Amino acid sequence: MERVRLLIDGQPVEVEPGATILEAARRIGIDIPTLCHHPALGGGGACRVCVCEVEGAKTLVAACVCPASDGMVVWTHSKAVRDARRMVVELILAAHPQDCLACARSDTCELRRLAARLNAGPARFRREKAVPAVDASNPSLVRDPSKCILCGRCVKVCRDVQGVAAIGYAHRGIEAAVGPAYGDPLAYTRCVFCGQCAAVCPVGAIVVKDDTDRVFEALSDPAKHVVVQVAPAVRAALGEEFGLPAGTDVTREMVGALKRLGFDAVFDTQFSADLTIVEEGHEFIERLKSGERLPLITSCSPGWINYMENFHPELAAHVSSCKSPQQMMGAVIKTYYARQAGIDPETIVSVSVMPCTAKKFEAQRPEMNSSGYRDVDVVLTTRELAAMLRQAGIDLSGAPQADFDSPLGESTGAGEIFGVTGGVMEAALRSVSFALAGEPLEELEVRPVRGFEGLREAEIEIAGRPVRVAVAHGLSNAEELLRRIQRGEREYHFVEVMACPGGCIGGGGQPLSKDPEIRQKRASVLYRGDRAKRQRMAHDNPAVRRLYEEFLGQPGSPLAHRLLHTTYCQKLSPAAAS
Amino acid sequence: MAQAAVGTVSNLQSREPGPEVLEKVDKVIEAYRGKEGALIPVLHEVQQIAGYLPRCVLRRIARGLAVPESEVYGVVTFYSLFTMTPAGRHKIGVCMGTACYVKGAAALLEAVRSASGAGADGISHDGRFSLEVTRCVGACGLAPVLSVDGEIYSRVEPEAVPAILERYP
Amino acid sequence: MRGKGRVLVCAGAGCISSGCQRLAEALRQRIEEAGLDGQFDVVETGCVGSCDLGPVVVVESDGTFYARVKPEDAPDIVTRHLVWGRPVERLLHTPEAGGKSAAKMDEIGFFRAQTRVVLRNCGAMDPRNIDEYIARRGYEALAKALTAMTPAEVVEAVKASGLRGRGGAGFPTGVKWELAARAEGTPKYVVCNADEGDPGAFMDRSVLEGDPHSVIEAMILAGYAIGASQGFVYVRAEYPLAVERLGYAIGQARERGFLGRNILGSGFDFDLEIRVGAGAFVCGEETALIASIEGKRGMPRPRPPFPAQAGLWGKPTLINNVETFANIAPIILNGPRWFRSIGTERSPGTKVFALAGKINHTGLVEVPMGTSLRQIIYEVGGGIPGGKKFKAAQTGGPSGGCIPAEYLDVPMEYDSLVSLGAMMGSGGLIVMDEDTCMVDVAKFFLQFTQDESCGTCVPCREGTKAMLDILERITRGEGEEDDLALLESLAETIKKTSLCGLGQTAPNPVLSTLRYFRDEYEAHVREKRCPAGVCKGLAPYVIHLDKCRGCGRCVKVCPAEAIYPVELPKAAGDEERARRRLPLYAIDPSKCIKCGACAAECRLGAISR
Repeated sequence: MERVRLLIDGQPVEVEPGATILEAARRIGIDIPTLCHHPALGGGGACRVCVCEVEGAKTLVAACVCPASDGMVVWTHSKAVRDARRMVVELILAAHPQDCLACARSDTCELRRLAARLNAGPARFRREKAVPAVDASNPSLVRDPSKCILCGRCVKVCRDVQGVAAIGYAHRGIEAAVGPAYGDPLAYTRCVFCGQCAAVCPVGAIVVKDDTDRVFEALSDPAKHVVVQVAPAVRAALGEEFGLPAGTDVTREMVGALKRLGFDAVFDTQFSADLTIVEEGHEFIERLKSGERLPLITSCSPGWINYMENFHPELAAHVSSCKSPQQMMGAVIKTYYARQAGIDPETIVSVSVMPCTAKKFEAQRPEMNSSGYRDVDVVLTTRELAAMLRQAGIDLSGAPQADFDSPLGESTGAGEIFGVTGGVMEAALRSVSFALAGEPLEELEVRPVRGFEGLREAEIEIAGRPVRVAVAHGLSNAEELLRRIQRGEREYHFVEVMACPGGCIGGGGQPLSKDPEIRQKRASVLYRGDRAKRQRMAHDNPAVRRLYEEFLGQPGSPLAHRLLHTTYCQKLSPAAAS
Repeated sequence: MAQAAVGTVSNLQSREPGPEVLEKVDKVIEAYRGKEGALIPVLHEVQQIAGYLPRCVLRRIARGLAVPESEVYGVVTFYSLFTMTPAGRHKIGVCMGTACYVKGAAALLEAVRSASGAGADGISHDGRFSLEVTRCVGACGLAPVLSVDGEIYSRVEPEAVPAILERYP
Repeated sequence: MRGKGRVLVCAGAGCISSGCQRLAEALRQRIEEAGLDGQFDVVETGCVGSCDLGPVVVVESDGTFYARVKPEDAPDIVTRHLVWGRPVERLLHTPEAGGKSAAKMDEIGFFRAQTRVVLRNCGAMDPRNIDEYIARRGYEALAKALTAMTPAEVVEAVKASGLRGRGGAGFPTGVKWELAARAEGTPKYVVCNADEGDPGAFMDRSVLEGDPHSVIEAMILAGYAIGASQGFVYVRAEYPLAVERLGYAIGQARERGFLGRNILGSGFDFDLEIRVGAGAFVCGEETALIASIEGKRGMPRPRPPFPAQAGLWGKPTLINNVETFANIAPIILNGPRWFRSIGTERSPGTKVFALAGKINHTGLVEVPMGTSLRQIIYEVGGGIPGGKKFKAAQTGGPSGGCIPAEYLDVPMEYDSLVSLGAMMGSGGLIVMDEDTCMVDVAKFFLQFTQDESCGTCVPCREGTKAMLDILERITRGEGEEDDLALLESLAETIKKTSLCGLGQTAPNPVLSTLRYFRDEYEAHVREKRCPAGVCKGLAPYVIHLDKCRGCGRCVKVCPAEAIYPVELPKAAGDEERARRRLPLYAIDPSKCIKCGACAAECRLGAISR
């Protein structure tokens, strides 16, 4: 089709048909302010902050949803536009709490920044509203409806991207609200605690539950031995919180900073990712041999596990019984590590830093105590770690660089790529193929399972037999994949599901970003890390080998089963149960 | 006051939909299953059957039509004719259309409120009446208009309200 | 059957409320008793329009019009009129007090000044009888189109007629049809917007109740013209009778082969489904209406894309309202030129208005576009009751505005109304007299739109609430000098930035009353006075002399020194005066700040508003 030519603030610009005025303007360096728009979710047309003047139009036009059309003449900051935007922001402020100083999003609040940028407010009027209670019913997320500005981003991500629809719009007009059905707390819904809502909320209406003080307290308790594990995706994103460009690898700075914070040992979840591959690979080969309960579906994404239990309990038998790397690490720390280091597991406080909010939920599941203690005591998100470092006055770039501690700090490239969609599959294929064929894959980098397509499938030849695999990230995509399998349209041997778009690098606890390329940039860190590793197959991890030799015995042994595996049931919400 | 409240509670309990109602509800859902845009017609029919739309019924509808519960709740709370609370035995509607307003519907509403004993939720303590302010019923020529159980009373003076309500025990 | 005389009993919703069904029964029984059942039929028709005169009976043979007939009057009508041929004088309609009563419909101003195209069948036939519709040239336009016209020719005819959408904004109907016809994508849908939500407008209801087939026929024609085979009628739930009659009519049309497969042997398929609203004004907005048919919350979405391109379930969808559709069959039958001969150049055809408020004849009237407001109010509507002065007419409902007395001669058509800051809207016409407070009216409409805002976009959700808060303050007597400017600035933003038509027009009632009745606002704000005496919060405090015992406590608590001693009125008599030794008091309204301290202090309850 013909390209569309228009004038924005007197500048000519050419775009493809269907592009919005907002996109066209950004093309020539004009940044029209937005609030309800999010690059990953599109425009909402709801907040009206992005309105512009279009010659010939009766009203102002919302740039985030209005397609550019040929011959259009647009003015993005005429007086009418500036006045209207200010009034719109003033209207939002009039109904918004004024406790910005004490808000979790004080620094990162898009509304506050917008008001400053547009020189809007303070409001000349005030709308008092009945304030519903803050919902802190679950270990992952805190919802404060009084701060909600009804931009609708969380609803879109929960309903459209994740297919969960735990929250939606309710009531109308001035009473309109976003929240679970019946005004219930999130804990009573089918929420999977993926935290994508908190990642797109422009204000402080949905935030991650803050557990930083619990960690500070443990660190300052001399009687406690405080260890921390860090997930692969964290090192690929933490730098963003300290002004480094997205895609900067800050592994060694991060470890140094954690030591400076006072952790007694800093371990790498990539170690237990390798461990997971050994266990899960063993499980896969067993099933492949028996032909039972195929496809095997991965279990390392706790958001996905919640989804499975809430929406597809009938698939439980297909899901790998392996705990997630976080929980495996937890169990190993309070048993193997405690014994090795001669520490009473009672005194160990096991902390994890995760890109994920569902991990907080996972850590407090009652069954996650096979070591005799909580496997993991406190889960922090990437954002919380950054907040702790800032509070402690530790700038990431100024921290001394350091390496993970032994023995649980060693990892292979396989563990590294766990953090990106397709990574678990690729890591598993590397090891499984070695186990079955006795030699590494011809091409260690399994290209067909890489990338950011929502659904990917591939057929890999292993030891002379075709193994059909599929990868889905984002729960709507997962749902689509499961539907195909359940309708019998597709047959797979192995399926990887990650709850969050992009996998863990796009987790709900990662630094907030509106960069549409953010996931690619973070993934590049992990793929580079993989390539730089001496070992790239999980079973080659010497520390993992030692763990089996000294402690667990064989993969799939009774002890391995007791510590590293789990079971599933419908246990979450009464909504799902009734 | 306390006694009245107790009365309301027992009233509500006595109206929890029984098994025969739920059976009818399931039939409605079955009839619409797989049809596009079925939610609102189903809610209409179910409210007709059950008198209101309690949680348990909404959950059934959500499951039956494969619509997320948050969306069902969103629809129910968006449209003013759907209600999640049981109605009184007699439904009073006071029209607040422009014509009725200009002809004194506000005073009429006050009179109905006090004569019916309707509380803040529009339901009288004895469960006898539920009072609703309605949008224009299109009987502008007869303003102001009052309806009880669908029967329309036209050109109602506030003084005439108690006598009208007495007809509905 | 054709040879029988007909006694028409209006069975519009208004007359049903007035008890016309018992009347019709009484007439039937009486006719049978008189042995006239071979000669006369009692026909329950759609709305005649003169709702305040109901129940209404028309003897068709001579056009005699009886008003406010009761069942007890049946014997008189049958014996005297049907048997003896003499009209029953006492039941004839007397237009104004002391005037001559008019016997015939066409002698009554209310009917004489009307031109009935849309309402052509309303009140003249039994809406439940498809044969009567067919006898009145019903489905002839459909037959003509299916046999002698291409779809493009049908679109062309509608375009050439200049018909504009009767639902509010007046968008050219033919252009809409053409867009939908050209749009790519299948299937396509035809939707009739019968979510008549403007308070005070009920013409759509009247057409659906009184002439449902005219809408059905037009929708089939639209389906043929744009290439759709499925239609939906979205009716508000507040209109159960309309839903019932339309459903019945759809059944009849199916039976006769006007709906369904291979209509009239043409190979064209079309069918209709009714969807009932659930109480949301915003669903009158076409994208919200589409969402509602889809079973969702009625939240409008940004346009473009327009429904003609991507509407119901993302498919091309043609949406017109009831009154618009009711014009289609006559246009196809009589041609665009005939249609253009009625009304004005830019607004051809007629418009139905719902007259209500402070006017003698309330009801539905249909007049050529361009008829002056004065003619409608005084000739058709019979003027203002009680000899009161006309103050303003409100058109266009919550989206519209007021027309003050100086513009009584404005021709009623789309563009002239817009230039006055009002709007045609769907045709609600509320007449207000000197007892109406315009600030209160503005508040009423804003309360309405504020209640009905879907809550999606900020300016409509928050802005209308902010405006309403200000108006409430003003009518409570707490208005401040800056409030009017703030109102205007809010109104401007809401108009310019709202997502849909509801928000974009919501400030109109405030803006237009500010434009024509600013002095009333100023009286509220500056003098804390409601000139019409409507706003309770501004009513003056008065000391009732019959209760006052002259204790003087109120004087002591008044912070404004507004209470002064007065003489007892002469009428009280010497005895009463002698009995009292203390002076009585009164309140100077110009000094009173309405704090209420005096009323609170008075132990005798002698002070109130």
